[in-house]
Amino acid sequence: MSYKVVHYINQFFANIGGEEMAHVAPELRDGIVGPGLAFNQAWKGEAEIVKTVVCGDSYFAEHEADAKAQILDWVKAEKPDFFLAGPAFNAGRYGYACATICAAVQDELGIPVLTGMYEENPGADLKNKVLMVATANSAAGMRKAAPAMAKLALKLMKGEKIGASCEEGYMPNGIRKNFFEKKVGAERAVDMLVAKLNGKPFTTEYPMPSFDRVAPNPAVKDLSKATIALCTSGGIVPKGNPDHIESSSASHYGEYCIAGVEKLTSEGYETAHGGYDPVYANENPNRVLPVDVLRDMEREGKIGKLHDYFYTTVGNGTSVANAKSFAAEYAQKLLQAGVHAVIMTST
Amino acid sequence: MVKEIERAGIPVVHMCTVTPISMTVGANRIVPTIAIPHPLGNPALSPEEEKALRRKLVERALEALTTEVEDQTIFEV
Repeated sequence: MSYKVVHYINQFFANIGGEEMAHVAPELRDGIVGPGLAFNQAWKGEAEIVKTVVCGDSYFAEHEADAKAQILDWVKAEKPDFFLAGPAFNAGRYGYACATICAAVQDELGIPVLTGMYEENPGADLKNKVLMVATANSAAGMRKAAPAMAKLALKLMKGEKIGASCEEGYMPNGIRKNFFEKKVGAERAVDMLVAKLNGKPFTTEYPMPSFDRVAPNPAVKDLSKATIALCTSGGIVPKGNPDHIESSSASHYGEYCIAGVEKLTSEGYETAHGGYDPVYANENPNRVLPVDVLRDMEREGKIGKLHDYFYTTVGNGTSVANAKSFAAEYAQKLLQAGVHAVIMTST
Repeated sequence: MVKEIERAGIPVVHMCTVTPISMTVGANRIVPTIAIPHPLGNPALSPEEEKALRRKLVERALEALTTEVEDQTIFEV
């Protein structure tokens, strides 16, 4: 007996129409529709799409609760072994619908699910919740996407152990899987280097996190009237590190008053940072946090005022999420204090 | 962190030695500094020369803050 699968697709892949038909309400059809054929072929009888749910992308987006309830009813009645959605490639509303309906089927009906889409599809925001295969950004990638999804889906139906994302082709979902590489690290690193030098593709084993962008604020008009604040990720703290900011992977930041402080002395301040040689910063903390010259400039009227507080943490293995939340919090304090501009120093 | 300060509406200049990281994290105004363990100093100099160097770097940072930018900009010293 083969596994029973219900497949979710949108109006476009069901051949109903494009954007002009995106308003159509969900319908349930017997057997395969459109891309379902590729899945059935890949499963060679071990699994089979018994029903296909078709829903307009706009309908799902605009009537999410209704669409979800209706589709859940149908899936529940069918009692399938598996629920498959997409692939949605880079179609935003479709991707969102695939991820959302998968999450609902998984959470509310306890049926295993899989979808597929392009990694920048907004639906991929749910990748830590719903297993999704990374696909190309257009339907031209169907020939690669369908077999990859079919293979992983079958493994899930059989209850087989799922390997790491790089082996199975799903988007990294924050769950670490250990496995043995065939080559040692040094060999892999040299292979990558050789590929890079030859202009050939290679895949890093340590991808950098993705960063968003913020547009620059307008420039300060008149420095002589501006309050300037100092912030640092270089770990400058009052001697003895009173708030115990960690030397790496900092869990908090410090806020310290420097009103009346002419310069940072080695008796009064030091660095808590464990990621660089602290000798120079401890000897003269102004090398990291330039209080001395800003005081001079304040006295000379070059700047209006050096803000009374500085904000500091240790940027050593500190997660982007932590750093973001520290600065988001103290930026509000700076704003309330009427600070006009910030100098951030990093080591 | 620079980005969160910028997001709050306060112009910010990032003074750092490894400017490519600053570019990656999304700082908009960047001033390159001396070295990782002493961005705003140089222990090889006399104290007076060192402070003058620090002053020059901070002045450049303030210049960056008073300069309108549309995109990520490195203000070479």
